[in-house]
Amino acid sequence: MNKNWPLWEIFIRSKAGLNHKHVGSLHAADADMAVQNARDVYTRRNEGVSIWVVETKHITASDPDDSDQMYEPAKDKAYRHPTFYDLPDELKHM
Amino acid sequence: MSTELLEQKFNEKIDQEVRIEPKDWMPEKYRKTLIRQISQHAHSEIVGMLPEANWITRAPSLRRKAAALAKVQDEAGHGLYLYSACETLGVERDDLLADLHSGKAKYSSIFNYPTLSWADMGAIGWLVDGAAIMNQVPLCRASYGPYARAMVRVCKEESFHQRQGYEIMLTLCKGSEAQKKMAQDALNRWWWPSLMMFGPTDADSKHTEQSMRWGIKRFTNDELRQKFVDVTIPQAEILGLTVPDKDLKWNEERGHYDFGEINWEEFFNVISGNGPCNKQRIDARKKAYDDGAWVREAANAYAEKKAKKKVA
Repeated sequence: MNKNWPLWEIFIRSKAGLNHKHVGSLHAADADMAVQNARDVYTRRNEGVSIWVVETKHITASDPDDSDQMYEPAKDKAYRHPTFYDLPDELKHM
Repeated sequence: MSTELLEQKFNEKIDQEVRIEPKDWMPEKYRKTLIRQISQHAHSEIVGMLPEANWITRAPSLRRKAAALAKVQDEAGHGLYLYSACETLGVERDDLLADLHSGKAKYSSIFNYPTLSWADMGAIGWLVDGAAIMNQVPLCRASYGPYARAMVRVCKEESFHQRQGYEIMLTLCKGSEAQKKMAQDALNRWWWPSLMMFGPTDADSKHTEQSMRWGIKRFTNDELRQKFVDVTIPQAEILGLTVPDKDLKWNEERGHYDFGEINWEEFFNVISGNGPCNKQRIDARKKAYDDGAWVREAANAYAEKKAKKKVA
C-alpha cells in the first residue's frame, strides 16, 4: 500500500479580530495531523493564532472561463459606490 | 476556444503582468517549465538541509545551535511550500520525489560540496544563501501565482539565514589566527561554487529566453551573478578576507567588478552527478524516504480507522 496522504488547504488567522486567510497547502493523513503540520510549516514566526484546515477535494471553485459572465456585470455599476454621488463641498460630514 | 486564441489570451495576461493561477489555461510548455523549475527549487531546499544538518550537533554554542536548527527547519518548510506550489500544476508529490531519487530531476549543484569545518556554516549562510536570495527576490514577481506566493514567504525567512552566516564569518575573522584562517579557507572553497549557482552563462542557458518571455525569470543568469559579485565584494572587505580570484577588480567604466572565468567543466561535471557528494546526498534522501515509508502507511491506517469509528 503506497497511498499519498491527501492534500489540505491551510487558512491562518494572523491575530484575533482578523479573518482566516489562505496561506498554502500541505499533505497530511487526517485533519489533526494537518493542523499539527500547518503549525510547523506556516506559523514558525508568530504568523497566526488560529488555524483552519480543509481537505482540498472539498473546495468548489468557480471556473476561470466563466470570469466574464461572473464579474463583468459589476463593472458598469459605479452607482453602487459612495463616490458616484455628487454632494456639495460645504457638506463636511457624511 | 481554439488553442491559438487561448495562447493569445495567455500572452496578453503575461504582458499585462496578470498572474496565472492553477485553473487558468496555460501552454503545456509553460506548465512543464514551471514543474521543472519549481521542483528543482524544492529539491534544492530539501537536499540543502543535508550539508548543514551535519553541523547541528557540532555547533560551538547553544546560540549557534538554535540558529542552525531554525535554519534547517526553515529549509524543510521552504521545500514544502515549493512542492505544494508545484502540485498545483497537476503533479503528484511522490512522482517529484521519484524523479529526484532517480537523478532525472536536478537540484542546486552547490549542495554536492562537503562541509569540512564550522566556518563552512558561515560561508554557506553568507554566500550560498546570499546567492539564493539574489535569485529568489525577482521570483516573488514570477508570473505563476502559487510560485510567486511561495517565494514571498521564502524570501521573508531567508534573510536571517544570510545574516547569521555573515555573523559566524565575522566572529571567526575577529578571532584567533587559526579561526581567521578557517574563515578564509571556507571562502576559498565556496566562492566559485556560489558563482556557479546562477547557472550557465546567458550564451549557454537554454531556458533563459523563453522563461523571460513568460515572466518566470526577470533577470538573466549573468545579470544576477554580476549583481551578486558587486554586493559581496564589499562584504568580504569588511571581514578582511581575500576573494580567491586574481582577475577580480573594480571596473570604473562599467560600474561593476570584473571577475575571472568560471570553471564550467567543473559545473557541468557536478550537475551531471560527479561532484564530491552527489551520491551521498541522493543516498541520504532515498534512505529517509524508504525509512519513512512505514510511518506514512501507519498514519494512513490510523486515519482510516478513526474515520470508520466516526461513521459507526
